[in-house]
Amino acid sequence: MELDLILNTIARALAFSTPLLWAALGEIYAERSGVVNLGVEGMMVMGAVVGFMVGQATGIPYLALLVAALVGALMGLAHAFFSITLNANQFVSGLALTIFGLGLSGLLGRSYVGQPLQVPMKSVTVPFLSDIPLLGQALFTDQKLLTYAGLIVALLLYFVLNYTRWGMTLRSVGESPRAADTAGIPVNRVRYIAVAFGGLLAGVAGAYLSLAYRPSWGEGMTNGMGWIALALTIFALWDPLRAIGASFLFGAFFYLSFTKLQTVIAPELLTMMPYIMTIVALTVIALGQGKRAFGAPEALGLPYHRGER
Amino acid sequence: MSFLGYRLEPRAKPPGYVVFLYSFAAVLIALIITGFIFIAFGLNPFSAYATVIQKTLLSWRGFSQVLLKTVPLLLTGVGLVLAFRAQFWNIGAEGQILAGAAAAAGVALFMPLPPFLGIPAMFLAGFIAGGIWGFLPALLKVRLGVNEIITTLMMNYIMLYIVRWLINGPWKGKNVRGFSESDKFDASFVLPLFKGTRLNWPTLLIALLFVLFIFFLLARMKLGFEIRMMGESPEAAHYAGVNFLTTTILLVLLSAGAAGLAGVGEVAGIHKKLLEPTSISQGFGYTAIIVALLARGNPLATLATALLLGWVFASGDVMKVSLRLPDQMSGVINGLLLLCIIGIEPLLRYRIVRVNGAKLGEREASSGT
Amino acid sequence: MVLSATESPPATIPHRLSMKGITKRFPGVLANDNVSFDVRPGEVHALLGENGAGKTTLMNILYGIYQADSGSMSINGKPVQFRSPKDAMREGIGLVAQHFHLARRHSVAENIGLGLGGTHFFYPVRALETQIKTLGETYGLAVDPKAKVWQLSPGEQQRVEILKALIQGAKILILDEPTSVLTPQEAESLFAVLRRMRAEGEAVIFISHKLDEVMEIADRITVLRKGAVVTSMDKAEASPELLAQHMMGKAVAPLRPKTKPPVAKNVLELKNVSVKNKRGMNALKSVSFELHHGEILGVAGVAGNGQAELIEILTGLHQPNEGQIMLDGKDITSLNAKGLFEAGVAHIPEDRNHMGVVPSMTVSENLVLRQYRYPPFVQMGLLNWAKVNSFAQSSIKDYQIATPSRDTLTRLLSGGNVQKVILARELSGEPRLVVAAHPTYGLDVSATALTHDLLLKQRERGAGVLLVSEDLDELLKLADRILVLFAGELMGVVDAATTSRETIGLLMVGRRAAA
Repeated sequence: MELDLILNTIARALAFSTPLLWAALGEIYAERSGVVNLGVEGMMVMGAVVGFMVGQATGIPYLALLVAALVGALMGLAHAFFSITLNANQFVSGLALTIFGLGLSGLLGRSYVGQPLQVPMKSVTVPFLSDIPLLGQALFTDQKLLTYAGLIVALLLYFVLNYTRWGMTLRSVGESPRAADTAGIPVNRVRYIAVAFGGLLAGVAGAYLSLAYRPSWGEGMTNGMGWIALALTIFALWDPLRAIGASFLFGAFFYLSFTKLQTVIAPELLTMMPYIMTIVALTVIALGQGKRAFGAPEALGLPYHRGER
Repeated sequence: MSFLGYRLEPRAKPPGYVVFLYSFAAVLIALIITGFIFIAFGLNPFSAYATVIQKTLLSWRGFSQVLLKTVPLLLTGVGLVLAFRAQFWNIGAEGQILAGAAAAAGVALFMPLPPFLGIPAMFLAGFIAGGIWGFLPALLKVRLGVNEIITTLMMNYIMLYIVRWLINGPWKGKNVRGFSESDKFDASFVLPLFKGTRLNWPTLLIALLFVLFIFFLLARMKLGFEIRMMGESPEAAHYAGVNFLTTTILLVLLSAGAAGLAGVGEVAGIHKKLLEPTSISQGFGYTAIIVALLARGNPLATLATALLLGWVFASGDVMKVSLRLPDQMSGVINGLLLLCIIGIEPLLRYRIVRVNGAKLGEREASSGT
Repeated sequence: MVLSATESPPATIPHRLSMKGITKRFPGVLANDNVSFDVRPGEVHALLGENGAGKTTLMNILYGIYQADSGSMSINGKPVQFRSPKDAMREGIGLVAQHFHLARRHSVAENIGLGLGGTHFFYPVRALETQIKTLGETYGLAVDPKAKVWQLSPGEQQRVEILKALIQGAKILILDEPTSVLTPQEAESLFAVLRRMRAEGEAVIFISHKLDEVMEIADRITVLRKGAVVTSMDKAEASPELLAQHMMGKAVAPLRPKTKPPVAKNVLELKNVSVKNKRGMNALKSVSFELHHGEILGVAGVAGNGQAELIEILTGLHQPNEGQIMLDGKDITSLNAKGLFEAGVAHIPEDRNHMGVVPSMTVSENLVLRQYRYPPFVQMGLLNWAKVNSFAQSSIKDYQIATPSRDTLTRLLSGGNVQKVILARELSGEPRLVVAAHPTYGLDVSATALTHDLLLKQRERGAGVLLVSEDLDELLKLADRILVLFAGELMGVVDAATTSRETIGLLMVGRRAAA
């Protein structure tokens, strides 16, 4: 019984961590380029509703996923336009997109509330790996493809970020846009791409919810996950690899709040853990000597203007 | 760079009428885009707006609904004006509202007070609770340089779950059966209303007084002068000997405390119980950011901007009931408003001037300094 | 390189770089006035001058950051025109700026590889790492290519910048005040590097205002003053004394007679004061001196030798690590900015626009920026604007502040008038001690004269004035005694009436014995 609870928790935490991971990976890339995107929640929820609409209309969930991703990217471009080109406050711009996205998704999805998705994304059971005792049941049975894709994408993004020319370029505009500029790198163009990419992944994260995790549409179905993804970005110290573990941990907190653990710890206290842990993480980073090695990208949140030499 | 014989030139500070005109234009653009949403829903935008205006502005009952939404926005918004003037980006008003609401509920549910003390005690507790909720981010910012935008944002969700925990756990009412909410407050903890409306006058009065107080604080008080110095030139404030820690904590206590007062008004004036946090505050803490940004640092201007956003909220209700539009309309309009406001920002920083060939070269040469 | 390793190439070799008649004008300033300058391969050419002499502007033109108003440039005899640093880099010009352009959390190799064409997509800097090692060995620029920049000392970071320029193919290397961030030992190894580069036939432009290092490393020396070339000579013809004379010009203004001698009573006394700067290095080393009532004590020294830290500890922006500061016999060592203001210390800050005033506040408000918390300007926590405004009105009149009104935003005022606002505020309380940091830097003639007059008036009144300035003429004209700082040490205190510019000049470069 106890073992069952543990295995079940692992399996459900993995399923729940998927949207967090996708959204956080996007945010990590955006923030590594120096731009904070508080619009993640709005981009996720728009991805969810558009994904559901297209999925319901066409019956092709992966086409729906693609469209949802593009909608996320489009909103990312809007954020880049406001915060980079128009030089608006990054935080306000992101917040505006979240408010707008939450409202618009409600309008668009109104007639879809309560409908089950005709063709949801199928669950997969990984051959061979699922035969591993215990872990096979927990990690490789009856999960969604996007869950595994998320893990692979995280590894890929980690590699690209640290070991390729693109990654080096991306990091440089977030660390020292001036050094990048003097090296001939188009700082703002790189930031545009990174923010749009972040929106793209947020769109995927949202679509996972409405096409796979809970194949339906409910108003505000992201339920604050975008904010958790933001917290996750900080908690993972802006590192795609660490984001895997951190998203799993946050996912576990969320799942546990539904289990019979309720009788011991109030579920709300479990759900708020990610936020508390993020504040603690920020404080520890600021207190400790690790700021240089593990802190935020040095130019995070700062617009870059060439004139200010 | 020039375009069709005109170019943009930076300007120091736009005159007041320009700010007003541009802000007005931003609001107008957002409302025009909303008009297209009406069309998308098969409504005639003109008659739709006519209905909305008639039901919100042309009757006292309707207008009292506008005021009902304006009051929390005004209190919270003017608090944010104060924080933003000091460059303290308090995004945590939503949590501070909930903190105030929870504290008021605690007083109403558990403190045996003589009737005449009930209401003052609730407001005091709400103010303190809101202030405490802003204290930690303020301390972390001044002492450790932790970004307050992230911490105040996280604090919103922590308070949201605390309130949910309260209404499902220790404070769950005995007579509410399956609902997640507290018991109703005793009558001595319920705010008195204007006749025939749902609008309570104590919170409205407090909001108006608070606006005047913040105006007075910034214009006349030593603390206000220090807040302005700190926000406008931290280096000069250090030179002048301003104590950043106490000044920041004081201003955040006021800013977050104001949001706490708004929370008291919501639970003690409207709901008369502690309930689901998203029903206590329908995003007032976030919308108040728009109120404060539109007011551009002027506390008196929040009287107008809070009224505008209050009107948007009340209109959303009218659209839902009379026009059968989804209740997310006010969210959409809020988002559009915010985007339009930040969209005009560069226009305020620059002005369009006709290119004068002879002078152009000189300007560009001198821009290198 | 084409050139074999010779110590000093003959003059017949064509110029690697030649700049002719360069003129650059900024609003109100003629930054470069018909400057001609050239460099030969295998040569270190020093560009010498005080702050504001136009050295950096000239190099920014060479590096494509600014465009000259007139004049021409050629490289290896071929005329060139640079619209951006990229153009300059393409022609083989490398700049090692005073402030490094490095991403601190990137590795050395990543910083160098960032703008480099032809790197691989995967592991883009792996091949570069060996190249950095080899090149480092050639020039004595040893640095671990895998180290993160934040782990490196300023000297090592500078090596990264030099390596970056070399790998990008720089044939003309500009070093802007390269020793300002270095310890003496690091400076020594930098010179060794420059000698090797000279031997390899590179051309080096060495910008500095330090005489001794110029004498040590340069083959040729060009001196700039007030935007124009004063002289250009081979090192063999130069001497520190001669260079100092060229750099500072001749005293023109007659000494102003002072009516009263200083009172033999200390207003300020420093006892063995030591301060560490942000990097943990000793910026002031056990400095002791006295300042009398009715005296102006000048502080001379090349920028960055401890003057800034001296000002900070005297105005409460920073506390000393060791030692004691006494004001009229009272210990003020641990007082903060507010406490020192209350104790009667006025501070005329160097950065007048960022520290001295809040540009977005009105003239009135800035005139009480430090007094606002005391009566009569405040009563029971409330500001008395009537009092503030009448004070402002009389200050504007007394100090001849040219402003449309007292409610005008200070940012709209000219530099001279901003300084008058600061002077009016700081001197209104009849301070015991006035700490003036570069009070006339960048001011026009009349504002300078007014500032001088006000400082002398404070002296007559019996206040002590500590005048920190890089303008030797100003110090000689105003000060009773002049104190010279070098590398955080007090080199000596000389009597302004009897000393010579040469004496001070040598103290400024750390030569006590020569005096």
